[in-house]
Amino acid sequence: MEWLQQLVNGISLGSIYALIALGYTMVYGIIKLINFAHGDVFMLGAFIGFYAIARWDMGFFPALIISMVVCAILGVIIERVAYKRLRNATRIAALITAIGVSLLIEYTVIFFRGASPEAYPGVLPNKSISILGANISTQSIFILGVTVVLMILLQFIVHKTKIGKAMRAVSHDADAARLMGINVDNTISATFAIGSALAGAAGVIFGVYYTKIDPLMGVLPGLKAFVAAVLGGIGSIPGAMVGGLVLGVVETVVSALGYSLWRDAAAFVILILILILKPSGIFGKNAREKV
Amino acid sequence: MAQKGSLKRFSSIFLASSLILGALAGCSSSEGGTSESGGASEGDSSEVIKIGANLELSGAVASYGSSIATGAELAVEDINAAGGIDGKKIELIKVDNKSENSEATAAAIKLATQDKVAAMIGPATSGNMLATVQISNDNKIPVVGAAATAPNVTENEDGSINEYAFRTCFIDPFQGIVAANFATGELGAKNVAIYADNSSDYAKGLAASFKEQIEANGGKVVAEEAYVAKDTDFKSTLTRLKSAGAEFIFIPGYYEEVGLIVKQARELGIDVPLMGADGWDSPTLIELAGAEALNNTFITNHYSSNDPDEKIQSFVEAFKAKHNEAPNAFHALGYDTVFYIKDAIERAGSTDGEAIQKALAETKDLNLITGTFSVDEKHNPVKTATVLEFVDGNQTFNSKVNP
Repeated sequence: MEWLQQLVNGISLGSIYALIALGYTMVYGIIKLINFAHGDVFMLGAFIGFYAIARWDMGFFPALIISMVVCAILGVIIERVAYKRLRNATRIAALITAIGVSLLIEYTVIFFRGASPEAYPGVLPNKSISILGANISTQSIFILGVTVVLMILLQFIVHKTKIGKAMRAVSHDADAARLMGINVDNTISATFAIGSALAGAAGVIFGVYYTKIDPLMGVLPGLKAFVAAVLGGIGSIPGAMVGGLVLGVVETVVSALGYSLWRDAAAFVILILILILKPSGIFGKNAREKV
Repeated sequence: MAQKGSLKRFSSIFLASSLILGALAGCSSSEGGTSESGGASEGDSSEVIKIGANLELSGAVASYGSSIATGAELAVEDINAAGGIDGKKIELIKVDNKSENSEATAAAIKLATQDKVAAMIGPATSGNMLATVQISNDNKIPVVGAAATAPNVTENEDGSINEYAFRTCFIDPFQGIVAANFATGELGAKNVAIYADNSSDYAKGLAASFKEQIEANGGKVVAEEAYVAKDTDFKSTLTRLKSAGAEFIFIPGYYEEVGLIVKQARELGIDVPLMGADGWDSPTLIELAGAEALNNTFITNHYSSNDPDEKIQSFVEAFKAKHNEAPNAFHALGYDTVFYIKDAIERAGSTDGEAIQKALAETKDLNLITGTFSVDEKHNPVKTATVLEFVDGNQTFNSKVNP
């Protein structure tokens, strides 16, 4: 059952892309900013989780929560310090600033701890279960479960809470929302906080699942998550989830066919094709709710 | 205009000051590099034999260079304590090449022209070593690399030999041959797979020689896949290898990716023997893969500190007594390099570069820590490789495989 195994591999990979892509797409939906520092918040999340587990002897869930909280705070700080004053500047200025913030985070971490990789401690029991000839590790089931729970939680926040309503209003029309008495600054901060918390969670999950973390680990997954967000229709939450999973499966299929050296290239070919053929992405049509 | 002028002035000040700084840095490093026993004038007397050590003591690959230096120092102490070479003491002149090609060239020029050494220990990495071989050829002073494993260090692409370049380590493709012999001979595997790091010449060279030897031994390569450095997800390709029915997987590459490959392979239920080369040799590998996943994996290496051989064990004890840790392969190679040079000088009966060069090239059955070797016509040592097996996270000595 090779194909079933490959499907499992693809979904495991895709769910991590999807978690990162959610943060991208939320921030873009609200302030039309492609936050290239998002991949580095993901990296910070992985390291915070690592220190929580390895140095302070925490379990998986406390480490996950600490990492999400600290990343949320960092996300708000990044927004307040770097992006807030550029809110009315040209888009290219904000984009370049985002790249600058990204490099600043990467090399600050390298300055403090060096560039060598770190091995994540095994906090989750890892057994292989054989289903129809495919080996599925308990770890990947667990991680998929956490990912799905976080996505449901996000949908709940966006659609059922007051802050979610405010986000949807701001993404629709920030000026009108302000006139209606919505505090736009706080709403944008909340968006950054939630998006960064998801990136932090993805970092911890990535660390547990793939074991190796290093200060530049956020670069490629960050770009892939960006592709996933564009593929799904940037600004759309279901789009980010679907885009992430599709991208994960496509990469796996490319490797499974024996073209493993093309897998990264395939992701970016998808980006180019989608921008040429359907720039609004898979879920681009119903992009009215952009949070 | 005024602005332009001040900019010009600023840049000239900047240039001048950086030049001065550079010169100062050069001075301090070369002074720091000279060993304490005897200045240049004393060194000119015939009482000491000077051996240069052009090593990576700082920079990106400093851990390799410093290990070789530590091993070489121990060898010099041992030789001097035993009376030196024909009654003359050895003086080791260390120069830091900062892990850079250009610095390695400059260091070789300094050793050859200012210090007038009899022979040099070359830089640790192949790239840095290559930057020095021309200086050796020009000045007729032999250079012996301890860990430069790329074939082109001694043999140019057109097939000509760098007359004054030698080494104590075996070359890259050799490990592929040893792994192939181990797979077909010791493990009896017929259908094998290769999963190689496509972004490193080291891994590609190993994969090519492994494949050639497997086919020569009557085996079959059922799948050949590749990854690139910094990849983290290998499961889809590993699934492919699994369904190809490989009984043995050869994974030439470095520990950062190999650790993840081994872990993910075991998660997918691939329980066949996995094998690699000295690129796997790092404690990080065990952290990444986990001790359990590493069971039934093998590597070829230059030597093992667990080898029961008497000569190796007495070296390990002497090293432990001094440095409080077991010597790694680089320590052993640094140690051996000094003894290789010593042997050649003794047989040459002179410290003349041409005589030493001839003796180095004619070395036969020299018994050293990392094996007994003779030098072939391409200036490479022909020696046994050690196969190590991971057992519960520890490297254990498995066997020695002849080329």
